[in-house]
Amino acid sequence: MSQPRQQANRLAQGGRIDRSRRLSFSFNGQTYQGHAGDTLASALLANGVDIVNRSFKYSRARGIVAAGAEEPNALVQLGDGEAAQVPNVRATQQALYDGLSARSTNGWPNVQRDLMGLVGKLSGSFMPPGFYYKTFMAPASMWLTYEKYIRKSAGLGRSPMEGDPDIYDHLHQHCDVLVVGAGPAGLAAALAAARSGARVIVADEQEEMGGSLLDSRELLDDRPADQWVAETLEALSAMDNVTLLSRTTANGYHDHHFVTLHERRTEHLADTAPRKEGRRQVRSRLHRVRAGRVVLATGAHERPLVYAGNDVPGNLLAGAVSTYIRRYGVVPGQRLVLSTSNDHAYRAALDWVEAGREVVAIADARANPDGELVAEARVKGIRVITGSAVVEAKGDSRVNAARIAPIDIAGFRVVGTAETLACDTIASSGGYSPVIHLASHTGCRPTWRDDRLGFVPNTVPGVAAAGGAQAVYATAEVLDDGVAAGRQAAVEAGFEAVSVSPPQVPARRDGEACALYQVPHEKTTLRAPKQFVDLQNDVTAAGIEVATREGFESIEHVKRYTAMGFGTDQGKLGNINGMAIAARCLGRSIPEVGTTVFRPNYTPVTFGSIVGRHCGELFDPERYTAMHQWHVEQGAAFEDVGQWKRPWYFPRQVDGKTESMDEAVARECLAVREKVGILDASTLGKIDIQGPDAREFLGRVYTNKWAKLAPGRVRYGLMCKDDGMVFDDGTTSCLGDNHFLMTTSTGGAATVMEWLEIWHQTEWPELDVYFNSVTDHWATMTVTGPEARKLMEEVTTDIDLDRDSFKFMDWREGKVAGVPARVFRISFTGELAYEINVQANYALPVWETLFAHGNKYGLTPYGTETMHVLRAEKGFIIAGQDTDGSVTPEDLGMYWAIGYDKPFSWIGKRALTRPDSARAGRKQLVGLKPRDSQVVLEEGAPIVLDPNHAIPMPMEGHVTSSYYSPTLASGFALAVVKGGQQKMGESVYLPMADGQVHEAEIVSTIFLDPKGERQHV
Amino acid sequence: MFYIHCPYCGEHREEEEFHPKGQAHIARPQEPESCSDEAWGDYLFFRDNPRGIHHELWVHAVGCRKFFNITRHTVSYAILETYKMGEQPTFTAENPEGRPSVAADPASLREGVRA
Repeated sequence: MSQPRQQANRLAQGGRIDRSRRLSFSFNGQTYQGHAGDTLASALLANGVDIVNRSFKYSRARGIVAAGAEEPNALVQLGDGEAAQVPNVRATQQALYDGLSARSTNGWPNVQRDLMGLVGKLSGSFMPPGFYYKTFMAPASMWLTYEKYIRKSAGLGRSPMEGDPDIYDHLHQHCDVLVVGAGPAGLAAALAAARSGARVIVADEQEEMGGSLLDSRELLDDRPADQWVAETLEALSAMDNVTLLSRTTANGYHDHHFVTLHERRTEHLADTAPRKEGRRQVRSRLHRVRAGRVVLATGAHERPLVYAGNDVPGNLLAGAVSTYIRRYGVVPGQRLVLSTSNDHAYRAALDWVEAGREVVAIADARANPDGELVAEARVKGIRVITGSAVVEAKGDSRVNAARIAPIDIAGFRVVGTAETLACDTIASSGGYSPVIHLASHTGCRPTWRDDRLGFVPNTVPGVAAAGGAQAVYATAEVLDDGVAAGRQAAVEAGFEAVSVSPPQVPARRDGEACALYQVPHEKTTLRAPKQFVDLQNDVTAAGIEVATREGFESIEHVKRYTAMGFGTDQGKLGNINGMAIAARCLGRSIPEVGTTVFRPNYTPVTFGSIVGRHCGELFDPERYTAMHQWHVEQGAAFEDVGQWKRPWYFPRQVDGKTESMDEAVARECLAVREKVGILDASTLGKIDIQGPDAREFLGRVYTNKWAKLAPGRVRYGLMCKDDGMVFDDGTTSCLGDNHFLMTTSTGGAATVMEWLEIWHQTEWPELDVYFNSVTDHWATMTVTGPEARKLMEEVTTDIDLDRDSFKFMDWREGKVAGVPARVFRISFTGELAYEINVQANYALPVWETLFAHGNKYGLTPYGTETMHVLRAEKGFIIAGQDTDGSVTPEDLGMYWAIGYDKPFSWIGKRALTRPDSARAGRKQLVGLKPRDSQVVLEEGAPIVLDPNHAIPMPMEGHVTSSYYSPTLASGFALAVVKGGQQKMGESVYLPMADGQVHEAEIVSTIFLDPKGERQHV
Repeated sequence: MFYIHCPYCGEHREEEEFHPKGQAHIARPQEPESCSDEAWGDYLFFRDNPRGIHHELWVHAVGCRKFFNITRHTVSYAILETYKMGEQPTFTAENPEGRPSVAADPASLREGVRA
């Protein structure tokens, strides 16, 4: 690092900075000094840093243009360490802090000497609009290669490669009146609304509230404007019903007055949130505000004029010049030329002169400017050249001269000889564009006002724009407008109007502005030096003209073809000028051309703020069963099933090594088939159904019959949607004549619950039936295997386990391990099985008791993977895996579960006879046995009949479930195959991505115990 | 994000408490077996996609679990009314301003029913 440089452009006095606090910062490796109260931009200008970036496409040197959110060039990469990197920070919005470290976003190898700059200079037509489309269109495969190099040289900032050390909060807020912007209109509105008693939130994006009043030349109630700001803020902060949020950007206006406010709480202090009293601070807050009424006091952005060379460093907005001088005590140059179409911009020249520097000339496009500010400038001896404009800025890395020529605006031509004046700064102003972004987010298109030369917003009911946002610019009128808007909002929100008198501002007579957007040049637009419209995206007036010539007439198409208004800029400076140029080229008016749509967010928002606390373990809720801790202690591997954490398998240590999943699953499978295993099935959905019409209801929502299911009995049920497609299955037990317990798949629990409710509430409210989710209330443990009964006999005394009195598909109530339980003889493994349900908070001791007794029988815990293998061996489907919303019960071959003759036309029945459901050749569920028994087919693999068929091969189906069966010592699969039920024994082929082709035989879906004898023992 | 008045809870709540369930007032034919395939196909698959007023079925999924109807404008996203199952809408494509007595009710305006 070299020695700090002097702040050559800092005035000896003035500005709102704290001169007693010197801050040191670095930019592109060079150390500089600034003051507390500076932005990075004002500090860079104070130090005479001209080039802050290289432009996106042409790699031209770029300097600071604006003083706020509309800055298109001064995008920096902020942050010292890797984790603290923040891309695309606007230097104009970044408060200076001691030790700040920033680099240019663009520019390789550096901003001063840029290799790509040659490209921009060599040929103006190297990158015409639509450049990417035209140049890199083919071959498509090369795009990734092109893009890598374009990105490297274009540079769009980079994300940190390390985790974010900061924390971010989301806050939910409600208010009667939300005021966006705390300039004169916003403060007046807030005061009027708050005095009436409404709950008011005021959000302002800047470091300090006050907006344009902070650099105003005007007096409010005969005192400097910033005094009124301070008093008003003091009054507002003393009111309990007012929340003032500074450094807070309203970024999105969403449906029904839902506004997102992004509050930066520590970004003015350091690149990561510093600790406060030993505690981590929240870096930013996202306020999710539901507002009753909204006042948009977002002000206006000054429009630059579009002239040749208007992007060379040293070209600034007139208003920005005033802001830097009056607010930061920085004059960004020595010799100023001002080019304007209106009176307001004269402030820049007056401020410049008062700062003790030279104003070379003012080029005023109007023939006879006669406002008070014009007169004041003339009195101060400033040369005013009327009917003229700066047609070209000269210079490469900094402006060194301005060419001023008389122009004919209507004829769009230069009408006299240009005069070249040496200068280092050109300020320009083409008037103001109301900041209508938030209003546009509500979906309302703005209206062009010829008398104000700008688009004013239209809004949905409940929203009002005030002040500059409504194209009202005279301070006295702005204050009145703000008071009226605030009062109206409070009244609409149900509060009494209170009279608030705004401060007195001496009236000032301003001359009428003229409409000037692109300044004509002696050469045609296509031949003149580049006249930039959108500095961030390097869109030129010539580019827009070319786009219109190539047939892009809709402004939305022009935008996309040229990239105007893209990116982080969102057209804040360039859009209106671009539309005006398109209108000129197309021979239309601006309102005829219309505007493009502004979209959220207004300025970029860091991802951390959007994410808030919803990251890491709080990303999504996790659901645990009552036995979860036991599973953890046993070293289970877990699988996510919905939000549930389910044991996947339980690897053991064998000879000092941990079993692989395949080894563990093989061991678990054999334990169930040969001895006894236990599954934590608590996650199954459970719905308690009661009411006199419960049985009737079940008959309507299930495909099979429920009329005769007796208390103590259990039945499997299949559920379809009304299109006849299976969507869930499970068992339902009759607990009493009017009382049933339905189980659903783990993932389907909430869906099935809502499904039952929607049919009951919307179609059959006359049925007297009630549903309650009891999934979490009952823990379920499945004890299954040949030794299951022996184990059960040891843990229950009051349930008769005799095979003839407690049969398959019966359930009994009693105590298990001393705990009241419901025991169901349901089997998802095909083995003898008891599903023990106990109240969840008693479950762990029951589970442990089962193991205390079960060890001698070889009781083995198994997870979901083994469960899948065991059920697939039996051909039991999993809804959502073996079905996909296009599979009917008939496709599954489950004719036994279809109540064709039930009296009520149950959900799904009618659709089974639709031509498409009834046709032959539908995909049907079958078993597949690979010819090579050691092959495990890939789930999802396509099935063909002729592997030698030319590509594309006709697809006959696909694999839905596939595993290795340790019991069969073979791979096996379930699949859907067209007409599969009629193709038993036939061969099918599965061509894989690696060129292998597997052959398999179509077999029954039941691979084990086809008569189902084992579950009945 | 919508701000939805649940007609059963009687309160405005954030959209994340609700699930949309498609077009409202789609009644299941009383006698499916006597429906033609075409009529059954219409009932199953065909839905309106209007530009303007649309009646939608929603459920207060993490609230009272009740299903209810919303009349919503598909361009402005304004929710003109919410009403219980079995009730009929006040605002319709034929009558977009609603029944005068309801449209002029300032209380409903204040509560943002017509937000």
